[in-house]
Amino acid sequence: MQWHPRKLLTVITEGVIERQVIADCLRLGAHGYTVLEVRGGGLGGEREGAWEADRSIELQVVCSAEVAERIAEHVLEQYAPDYAVTLYLSEVQVFRGQKF
Amino acid sequence: MSLDPVVLFFLLGLVARLGRSELRIPEALYETLSIYLLLAIGLKGGVQLAIQPLGMIWPVALAAMLVSALTPLLAYPILRRAVGLGAADAASIGAHYGSVSVVTFAVAQSALIRAGWAPDAWLAVLVALMEAPGIVVGVMLARRAGLSSRAADSGRASRGGRAGWGALAHEVLFGKALILLAGGMVIGWLAGPTGLEPIEPVFMGLFKGVLALFLLELGLVAGGRLRDLRRAGPRLLAFGLLAPPVLGALACGFGWLLGLSVAGMTSLATLAASASYIAAPTAMRIAVPQANPALSIGLALGVTFPFNMLVGIPLYLSLARWLAGV
Repeated sequence: MQWHPRKLLTVITEGVIERQVIADCLRLGAHGYTVLEVRGGGLGGEREGAWEADRSIELQVVCSAEVAERIAEHVLEQYAPDYAVTLYLSEVQVFRGQKF
Repeated sequence: MSLDPVVLFFLLGLVARLGRSELRIPEALYETLSIYLLLAIGLKGGVQLAIQPLGMIWPVALAAMLVSALTPLLAYPILRRAVGLGAADAASIGAHYGSVSVVTFAVAQSALIRAGWAPDAWLAVLVALMEAPGIVVGVMLARRAGLSSRAADSGRASRGGRAGWGALAHEVLFGKALILLAGGMVIGWLAGPTGLEPIEPVFMGLFKGVLALFLLELGLVAGGRLRDLRRAGPRLLAFGLLAPPVLGALACGFGWLLGLSVAGMTSLATLAASASYIAAPTAMRIAVPQANPALSIGLALGVTFPFNMLVGIPLYLSLARWLAGV
């Protein structure tokens, strides 16, 4: 079976901008995404996810290195100055390369 | 008068949170309870709205929307000059106070029933109408101060919307609060009292119990927000305590001029005095991301909400009774 190297871009951010961030990812070349509801804390305080304004999401996108870079650049420029944003990249192997 | 048990549930949540209890209401339950409350208030309001003369409704509706739109305009200069906040925070807090809190309205209805007044459930239509104007004016104040939103503007190219207002309008008009409240009202209005009978045990019979559970959760959330208020400073805290009675008295006066009943004046005053924590925080986070949400939410939930429950509502009721001469 053949493996294809891809990038897994993970964006942890505020729930209120979920729709915008997903739309941006798709526009910038992502073929799909996975969203998890998460909670946590950091330099900006705690986000407990107990109610609307306090929700956080983890958005996962498996894509090519170019698309990952485009999305990361966009998220850092558009959202990171005003919203809680954590962003990281990892290496993954996928089975069906055309899907990502 | 003894405290309404639903208020005691709020205090229980507050105490649990401040005592660092591990008590947590699951997010899915919070969501369920808030959907229930919005629908139930809408249904009750819709049924009563159907039997109200239209000539009575529209002047009250206009006055309510005017109060909602005026609030940020009144609050903004005070927050800027007297409290010393930046434009983003002043506009955002103004919008939170211009918009309304459904649960404060529900607590006022409950307090009216306990005090022996028949509450005007049709005024729930005002909750729906007063949700948006304050938010829109708040955003306009921020835009005038030169603040824009990358998040609200994002997707402009792909969706063809106009500079951020499209995303914001969608957020407010199709937000959970307005959809459920207005939807419930339409259903109640169409079905009428007899049509609603089969679902009455759930939506009317259980209402007070669900409100109590929701207030327990709000107590937990408010307790967690009190920490944020340490950064707020005494002037902002004073604003959170003084704005409700001033706005409440103003609305009570409007209600009196329009010939509302004691219950009607009290409900309108409570709405004007309340600050939103469902629609406004989400909308303002998108529209004015430069504002610090800890300040506006801390003030709305940590100061103004408890103030209205414990002091405000009885105060507005007394004022309404005095104005009505009963």
